[in-house]
Amino acid sequence: MELLQFTDKGIYCEQAGVFLDPWKPVDKALISHGHSDHAYFGHKHYLTSSLAMPVVKHRLYLKDNIESIDYGKTISINGVNFSFHPAGHIPGSAQIRVEFRGEVWVFSGDYKLEHDNLSTPFEPIKCHAFITESTFGLPIYKWKPQHEVFNDLNDWWRKNQSEGKTSVIAGYTLGKAQRILRNVDASIGKIFTHGAVESINQVLKNQGLELPDAPRISDEIKKEDIKGSLIVCPPSAVGSSWMRRFLPYSLGVASGWMKLRGTRRRRGADRGFVLSDHADWNDLNKAILATGAERIFVTHGYTEIFAQWLRERGLDAREVKTKFEGELGEMAEGSTEAVADSVGSATGDIQQSNG
Amino acid sequence: MKHFTRLFTELDQTTKTLGKIKALMDYFDHASDEDKLWTIAILSHRRPKRSVNATYLAEWARELSGLPEWIFYESYTVVGDLAETITLVLPSEFEHSDFTLTYWIDFIKSLEQLDVPQKKEKIQEAWRLLNESERFVFNKLLTGGFRIGVSQQLMVKALAKHANVKENIVAHKLMGNWSPDTNTFQDLLHSNDGTDISKPYPFYLAYALEDDVSTLGDPNEWIAERKWDGIRGQVIVRNGQLFVWSRGEELVTDKYPEYQVMLNLLPDGTVIDGEILPFKGELPMLFSALQTRIGRKTLSPKILKEVPVSFVAYDVLEWQGEDFRARPFEERRRKIEEICGRTDSKVLRLSPRVHFDSWEKLADERMRSREFLSEGIMLKRKDSIYRNGRRRGDWWKWKIDPFTVDAVMIYAMRGHGRRANLYTDYTFAVWDGDQLVPFAKAYSGLTDEEIKQVDRWVKANTVERFGPVRSVKPELVFELAFEGINRSTRHKSGIALRFPRMARWRKDKKASEANTLNDLNALLKMESGGQVAGEPGSQDAGGPGRPDEKLPKIFE
Repeated sequence: MELLQFTDKGIYCEQAGVFLDPWKPVDKALISHGHSDHAYFGHKHYLTSSLAMPVVKHRLYLKDNIESIDYGKTISINGVNFSFHPAGHIPGSAQIRVEFRGEVWVFSGDYKLEHDNLSTPFEPIKCHAFITESTFGLPIYKWKPQHEVFNDLNDWWRKNQSEGKTSVIAGYTLGKAQRILRNVDASIGKIFTHGAVESINQVLKNQGLELPDAPRISDEIKKEDIKGSLIVCPPSAVGSSWMRRFLPYSLGVASGWMKLRGTRRRRGADRGFVLSDHADWNDLNKAILATGAERIFVTHGYTEIFAQWLRERGLDAREVKTKFEGELGEMAEGSTEAVADSVGSATGDIQQSNG
Repeated sequence: MKHFTRLFTELDQTTKTLGKIKALMDYFDHASDEDKLWTIAILSHRRPKRSVNATYLAEWARELSGLPEWIFYESYTVVGDLAETITLVLPSEFEHSDFTLTYWIDFIKSLEQLDVPQKKEKIQEAWRLLNESERFVFNKLLTGGFRIGVSQQLMVKALAKHANVKENIVAHKLMGNWSPDTNTFQDLLHSNDGTDISKPYPFYLAYALEDDVSTLGDPNEWIAERKWDGIRGQVIVRNGQLFVWSRGEELVTDKYPEYQVMLNLLPDGTVIDGEILPFKGELPMLFSALQTRIGRKTLSPKILKEVPVSFVAYDVLEWQGEDFRARPFEERRRKIEEICGRTDSKVLRLSPRVHFDSWEKLADERMRSREFLSEGIMLKRKDSIYRNGRRRGDWWKWKIDPFTVDAVMIYAMRGHGRRANLYTDYTFAVWDGDQLVPFAKAYSGLTDEEIKQVDRWVKANTVERFGPVRSVKPELVFELAFEGINRSTRHKSGIALRFPRMARWRKDKKASEANTLNDLNALLKMESGGQVAGEPGSQDAGGPGRPDEKLPKIFE
């Protein structure tokens, strides 16, 4: 029996009777981070990192069926030791280390190596088996350092401002939005947020994260304050009537998918900023080598290709199917449709269980 | 190169016309004449000759990036563009350099005389000296097919403003046989010597009529003709020489040797606009017949006999050396009737007028379009001048409704360019008994939202993968629209469609309700009237399905 098994409900540790990021309702779920393709609704008990808990609790409307544990602390369940370690993906995101009788597995969840001035930086964990994502597991995806991206973003904002335009930047509500807020040059002008971003900001602020002043767009905010400002919104707001009030504006999209000219043009954005919370090609390779693992399991992303590449590098790698937003959520980072869908079905579940 | 790359990036980033014109004007105001000239050339599809084989480029990029061939190929299928794939896989490091666009174009041209190892050394050196966006531009110039998303009209507009020359004059100057190797920016835009006797006029193009025809007002203000299904062309006779231009601004005189008789039919200083159209007897042939001859390097006596080509004239742009374009169409029409009336040549024919006194009458005529192997009706306002580019208002094409068929999607392939990484190109099948036979591919017609939905469906309903192609569960039904249907030996179904596209996603239909191969064969019989593509020799205009007595005699 393998320490971790890939089942149709999620990654399962039979010895401990717990699942990692399961997508079907289970008794005990260990959750790597708060994005909705990893933190599903409907489990009986949740365990997350201390930093991830408030968001998970907020997003899934949990009351007292959630517990948390600090990074690096160990909890033992039926002889299996579990610990959470920073994954650098978003605030509170964790790799989950699983150890039983000297055998160590690490489930990475989503991760990136670059320090983003927001999340606790990624820590490599030695292990025998490593379960890795491969969202950007192709050699065409290589990121520039984030300070270069933010230089571009600041220049874009200044230029729009000088032309009397508002700058609207679309990025995922949990993680990307705060990364933008923490790293953009807030001295350029006023910053506002969409309600969905603001509600996550509140949760993170309550747990001590410092963010620049960025009130939610509301009717009380004066038109002349909005002109020339920066507005941070989720990708789902793009093209909505909500955005019309900002005319004239320039629309930017912040996502790793913006690396491709085709995606940039398809999004209909004025500017694409290549800013991702996932490891790029070089960092995926680097992270995997740093674990020293002999066995690699490749989940969501360019799974077959990336696993084949690792095999040619002499690793025992194979692809595994999960419900993490792999190809289906190809645009998940750039659009929240996939996420909205799964949130929708989660709410559907609530109604069903109530009725 | 930095300037040009910035221009390219700005043009690529904005979808707004005003933004594009502004970016172009900024660039023209700052660039050197040499660079400007090359920019105009690139934007009007005059690129340096391709000097390096694409396979080599891919190989050299792989070598620098240490990637195996298969993963490069996988990357390419995701990116959908070779120049971009190379750009993205190359190591990110580069040394700053500041050479001009003209420098790099000369660099690319200089490659031509080199042998392969020398080319490799030069290109790998160039990649080291350029940053990521510059590399992309460089690679695009190397590989050709550089689509920048700026229409000729837009460029003309910006250039006219920059050089303070009228738009229609700029448009005319940019036509024809110039090249940055032989012309300077100054003589291209400002010279008046008219040394280029081959220079054509910019074509005036019509938009499709989408509103009801009655919105055009009084029928008496309009002249109607059939809309021919050939190649738009311009015939020029000047100084005892003949030049034939196709709409793609390509000089095609050599492709139509039968047009040499025009030198006897037309006096010097004549330019006429019309359709390059193959004829058999008094009836045009299908476009597919013309296709069998346009692709050929040499024209055999056999093909000249099987697909003889006429020029169907419908406008005169220059007469006795005088530019006629500002005269009203009615007057030009009288002139072209007079010119064509002087000859009974089968090479130069007049595009006949379709007479009508009411829109109802014209609608009836339009319904007869297929009898004439035409695509519909052209409507031109009597008092319209001959403008340049595609314009609304005075000229309209009123095409006949396309054929339609309900078909099942069985394969999906990733798209290119804007649609890379998204399943947008589909293969469709119809029923032959209980088998589904593929018969058409289509990639256009769906909205972005529908494409997204189909893309997700494809990813969730894949049966097998073959590189960029996936076979999918045969469940989705689409209504395909197309302009024509032909027999084909190249397709398994034995059928080839002309311009197939998706007219509707039939969410209301099950796969079992799609059309059959028999339905298509019936349509084929009705449509081709005995003409069979690929075997032009076997045609005769009075073949099965087209009884002699119904033969329209409009060209007599």
